[in-house]
Amino acid sequence: MHISVNVDGVTYADEVEPRLLLVHYLRERLGKTGTVVGCDTGNCGACTVHLDGHSVKSCQMFAVQANGREVTTIEGLARDGKLHPVQEAFRSNHALQCGFCTPGMIMQAIDLLADEPDPDDETVRKGLEGNLCRCTGYQNIVRAVQDAAQRMKPGAGPKIEQHSDSSRDEHVGSRQPVGGE
Amino acid sequence: MTATAEPEVGKARLRKEDARLITGQTRWTDNIQLTGMLHMAVLRSPVAHARIRSIDCSRATAMPGVAIVLTGEDLAAEQGSLPCAWPITEDMLAPPAPALAVDQVNFAGEAVALVIADNAYRAADALAAIDVDYDELPVVLDLAEALQDNDLVHPDLGTNKSATWVYDSADAGSGTNVEDEIASAEVVLERTFRQQRLIPSFMEPRSVVVDPSAGMFTVWSATQIPHILRWMLAAVSGISEHKIRVIAPDVGGGFGGKLQVTPEELLCLLVARRMGRPVKWTESRTESMLSAHHGRDQIQKITLSARRDGTVTGLKVELLADMGAYLRLVTPGIPILGAFMFNAIYKFAAYRFVCTNVFTNKVPTDAYRGAGRPEATFAIERMMDELAVELGRDPMELRQQNWIKHDEFPFTTVAGLTYDSGNYEAATARAMELFDYSALREEQERRRSSGDPVQMGIGISTYTEMCGLAPSRVLGALRYAAGGWESASIRMLPTGKVEVITGTSPHGQGHETVWSQIVADRLGVPFEDVEVLHGDTASSHRGMDSYGSRSLAVGGTALVHAADKVLAKARRLAAHMMECDEADVEFATGSFSVRGTSTVRSLGDVVLAAHVAHDLPEGMEPGLDADATFDPDNFSFPHGTHLCATEVDTQTGMVKIVRYVAVDDVGTVVNPLIVDGQVHGGLAQGIAQALYEEAIHDEMGTLTTATLADYLVPCAADLPGFITARTATPATSNPLGAKGVGEAGTIASTPAVVNSVLDALRHMGVRDIEMPMSPERVWTALQGGVADASTPAAGGLGSIDSQGGQP
Repeated sequence: MHISVNVDGVTYADEVEPRLLLVHYLRERLGKTGTVVGCDTGNCGACTVHLDGHSVKSCQMFAVQANGREVTTIEGLARDGKLHPVQEAFRSNHALQCGFCTPGMIMQAIDLLADEPDPDDETVRKGLEGNLCRCTGYQNIVRAVQDAAQRMKPGAGPKIEQHSDSSRDEHVGSRQPVGGE
Repeated sequence: MTATAEPEVGKARLRKEDARLITGQTRWTDNIQLTGMLHMAVLRSPVAHARIRSIDCSRATAMPGVAIVLTGEDLAAEQGSLPCAWPITEDMLAPPAPALAVDQVNFAGEAVALVIADNAYRAADALAAIDVDYDELPVVLDLAEALQDNDLVHPDLGTNKSATWVYDSADAGSGTNVEDEIASAEVVLERTFRQQRLIPSFMEPRSVVVDPSAGMFTVWSATQIPHILRWMLAAVSGISEHKIRVIAPDVGGGFGGKLQVTPEELLCLLVARRMGRPVKWTESRTESMLSAHHGRDQIQKITLSARRDGTVTGLKVELLADMGAYLRLVTPGIPILGAFMFNAIYKFAAYRFVCTNVFTNKVPTDAYRGAGRPEATFAIERMMDELAVELGRDPMELRQQNWIKHDEFPFTTVAGLTYDSGNYEAATARAMELFDYSALREEQERRRSSGDPVQMGIGISTYTEMCGLAPSRVLGALRYAAGGWESASIRMLPTGKVEVITGTSPHGQGHETVWSQIVADRLGVPFEDVEVLHGDTASSHRGMDSYGSRSLAVGGTALVHAADKVLAKARRLAAHMMECDEADVEFATGSFSVRGTSTVRSLGDVVLAAHVAHDLPEGMEPGLDADATFDPDNFSFPHGTHLCATEVDTQTGMVKIVRYVAVDDVGTVVNPLIVDGQVHGGLAQGIAQALYEEAIHDEMGTLTTATLADYLVPCAADLPGFITARTATPATSNPLGAKGVGEAGTIASTPAVVNSVLDALRHMGVRDIEMPMSPERVWTALQGGVADASTPAAGGLGSIDSQGGQP
């Protein structure tokens, strides 16, 4: 089947088998190996990407289902040499060790912060239930997500990823921690 | 070259590794694409024990994109037997371990055929077209039953018993006779515990790529042990070692699970040789769970003797350890790593350890985080609580009565080890304070007296472990086939930048950061000016890799020695350059100076002078590079006190950890951020053993927990926040004073949680609950059901769930 997908700001047109998983399309066809496969059942969340700004597990959908839509991967978050605030927060809070779950964890955290701009500990833990990490015991991941929330005020959201939207700059740009807001 | 004023050691440096990991610019093995690369898929046995009557590959071979289909018979002449490097006794029985089964399968998940195709989807398609005719044999699953030898896993061996290994303090001269102590004791407790089978569950599935071009075999593998792998691949395949290069690129976790020479690594190599083209294999999660080695799986019978006043006297440990179907790289030695740790921090007069290794038709077991030591720590910490209950004593006070006091170090234990340093009093005092022990005891009492449906329990674990594996002479005495040293090189580049080559092989631990800190401190160079190379046998040719909390204590020490060699030579050259006596040269923060003068040469000046070699002292070789190899004299012994408070809902059996305090003494800390992270992750895995995880085989030997939907790796919502702190008594066995931290959290936390749950429920008549303490098991125990390991497992399984854990 013929598909046309925008991935990290670039539009690709490809012939794909209907059964080709989105994650394999990203990795094998587009060379977007930042997104990884950790399980076959949708439990681990390592393959999490954004489809039109919302998190999906790319091992649980076919490439053809992304036809005409916009995919953002971990590789498309940094802009103009600037990391996304959630990426910054993961590094600053030592929220990763082996780093294999990290791309999915970051993509899910961004999705979570879009709905919950100032999440408490429990909200973060519940919001990341679909993403497994074997290294960190989640403690620093929870801390990083809360830290990112402060860095991102007034809020995250699908807008932050829209390559055509000039308003994104103010979101990505406002990285200084804003306390007590 | 700028001097670094503030010491790097002890600084919470953010990690160098993270830049690529948070942006997706990673180098996982599965990312590799090579021109002409073929994909290997593995057909795995659905049955646990069978003769292979025939394999029909004709349909599969004819499928689109399939280059070849191979069976064990095709590879029988070249595949040899996968290595076991630890024959624990002279008479240990070890069956041949073919990478691809030839005429018999011995566990469900064993590889029986390979499809090599031009892409992974087509290779998977063709697997379904292979017809294997199995002649099923009786399956051997239960350890006690296996010992009866009614049915045999490997009929040629004549028994299911692989080996029996004994340590006896009376024979070793390290203590008295345990039977005498038991016979004369005022109190004797006998308990049986089950260490359930666990799956390491590293997040990155294993992957191997072999490129046979240019007269070399380049092997990329998601492994913890590139150096050992190269050696073993050469030994098994007959390919010359110098024609094999192994690269462990970014590796996504291991936890012992990637401390292995796998069938698939060997098979990829053999197939690449046969096809003359690059070959890749990447496993699915289910394949990983069915075929990568498992951990734990022991039945522990423990007898402890004591006096009425609480003084412990004797400890007898009788283990049955499940090897699974084959002996993998260090399978038989895993329980032996626990042999020296059951006595833990306590002063027993007598100790006897007997372990019987048993074959079953299950996935082979091998190293998993802690490897033998979590099992030992669990048993002794459970027993100390049992003794406290028996004597009506506070469990912490009873431990304190029996542990080695801080002024008694170095202390030689009843198991023959010499603990170099420690302070159990200090760690415990800090933990009790952070935990608010007495307030929680009051809360517990309040809930008991009011009959609160949600009861509270407090669990203690005062653990130690042996790390820094390992003194080579000790490994030799234990019949391990390799040494325990580690190697490091420092290359001083002409611009003053530094390349460090390490034989350790990190897979999440942050060696690039920590090794840079050590070198920056030692040489007075900026942290940013150090690059750490690892995991490639072409650049880092000598090493013993990463496991057993060894990398810093052993590999970090090698690095310190290499840096000292660089400085020693640089000092000589500096004296020559400054025209002074070497004895008058001082070195501080990256600069040499002549004592009492203002003459100064930076290390960078000296490096350049050594590199251009225009004017060197008589006989000095150009360059300042240095190599060092360190073989430790002793293990290191981290310790700590962990306290866990749980709420147990007596109506649902649900357990919730409400406070967890971990105070660890891991010696000198190089990077506190990384140490905290190691503890957090370790705690999560130990708690998971206590509450969530279990690999379950059904009565046919099928692994019923072969996905992450069935095998319960905890998510963020399953775990509490942890309160961590440290006390420090530096190790005396290495110049860094480091003890190791990779396994501490896992070792300590399991008994803390289990003791806590039992403490909540003991007054309601609950004596024991098997791990994992699922709500169902807790609830059943509260109904008066006995769920301890002394009852035969339902259906003769390694599990008490007759439904195999399924509802």
